[in-house]
Amino acid sequence: MGNRTALFENHQQSGAKLVDFGGWDMPIQYTSLMEEHRAVREHAGMFDVSHMTIVDISGSDAKAWLRKLLANDVARLHPNQALYTGMLNEDAGVIDDLIVYHRDNGYRLVVNCATREKDLAWMQSHQAGFDVTLKERSDLSIIAVQGPEAMATLAPLLLNDPDINEDSLTALKPFYAMETDRLFIGRTGYTGEDGVEIMLPHDAARQLWDSLLAAGVKPAGLGARDTLRLEAGMNLYGHDMDESISPLAANMAWTICWEPEDRDFIGRTALQAQREQRQDDASRLMLKGLVMEERGVLREGLTVHCQLDDGSEAQGQITSGTFSPTLKHSIALARIPANTASCEVELRNKRIPVRIVRPGFVRFGKKVFD
Amino acid sequence: MSDLPSELQYTATHEWIRVEDDHSVTIGITDHAQDLLGDIVFIELPEEGSTVAAKDELSVIESVKAASDIYAPVSGEIIAVNEDLADAPETVNSSPYGEGWICRILPSNPAELEELLDADTYAGLCE
Repeated sequence: MGNRTALFENHQQSGAKLVDFGGWDMPIQYTSLMEEHRAVREHAGMFDVSHMTIVDISGSDAKAWLRKLLANDVARLHPNQALYTGMLNEDAGVIDDLIVYHRDNGYRLVVNCATREKDLAWMQSHQAGFDVTLKERSDLSIIAVQGPEAMATLAPLLLNDPDINEDSLTALKPFYAMETDRLFIGRTGYTGEDGVEIMLPHDAARQLWDSLLAAGVKPAGLGARDTLRLEAGMNLYGHDMDESISPLAANMAWTICWEPEDRDFIGRTALQAQREQRQDDASRLMLKGLVMEERGVLREGLTVHCQLDDGSEAQGQITSGTFSPTLKHSIALARIPANTASCEVELRNKRIPVRIVRPGFVRFGKKVFD
Repeated sequence: MSDLPSELQYTATHEWIRVEDDHSVTIGITDHAQDLLGDIVFIELPEEGSTVAAKDELSVIESVKAASDIYAPVSGEIIAVNEDLADAPETVNSSPYGEGWICRILPSNPAELEELLDADTYAGLCE
């Protein structure tokens, strides 16, 4: 038996099919991945993501420490704003990707579950010389409510909290969070739809889950979470990047804050060298989107045969692939040379041409590539 | 427990077989198999009129999660395929023993039918 979240019994009552995920017994789906996916794109769905690790950072050096630890710069954050960032090692490999929320008296990080131990060990090993305190918040659950109807459905359910009113909730901007005594609500997510991620004590989480269920919000499992994030073009740690991959080759260049030049974040020196080397390398590897409208499904690990613009050939690899329930054909993320002119994949002994697009296929229910 | 009609025969690779009055056999995948695969999105159907040997690859079923080969339970000629599945592969999820049938084979060696499993034996393999 694996670890169980506070919502385990709620999942069983909803008929969840459970799988081991990083040591946790988590719902992979309830009734049908396709229905759960569609509910999030068209109405509202909810995910129990309590297996993820919350770490609160406080102390007078919290900001200075995070500016060293993370490739993106928390100094850019307005009060209550969030940012997405990589945490790099000295060689600029990605230890993990995470969200940082700026709070009144510190920061809140949400890191991946499968990387929890190494993340915490890494953070602790770089604490020396900083007045900073790390506190893991295993006393909190996380419920993600996502979809075009998520906010409207959620709002009335939270209004028995005296510190929340409809205006404050609907005024919450994307990538900002609000906080009361018991609730932490970030307008963030992993689906490409509007919605929030709510962190709250376990007992309150069970109540909120039941209220959302009664209000018609569909429970969605890790299966739909994966198809939704891939349609949105979002990376999954351990698949699209890991410690052997530079963020520059994982569509994470936008998360690196190079200015100010004297901010010495971990991995900066190696990353700078990679950046200079890549400038002269037309066939540097990049993470791109692939689209295949023929029958079949692109899968992780599949070789991509690339025709480069100088006429030579090279190989790349699919890092995440699936059938897109919204688009009704297969999509993938693949690491291929930047100067790839066209590419093919081999499926059942047949070479099939696939289209290269920017990573990101569906946002707010709509196709976003040409 | 998934649905396992007792009048059908089964294979260890999760196909079901129904012997029809004209001695042809209808083939599909079990409720247990469709449940494991989850939402089915493509089916590569065998070619009508072709011949297959027992245990040959007959078709490929792709779900959102995985691809899975379907094997011929018996040798013979493929005399019908369920063309409706090309546009509605999810029928295999909703009706694995009914409208989600895959093809019909006219067996060339009826003795092979003796080697198939009954529902109880198949259920034992799925536990």
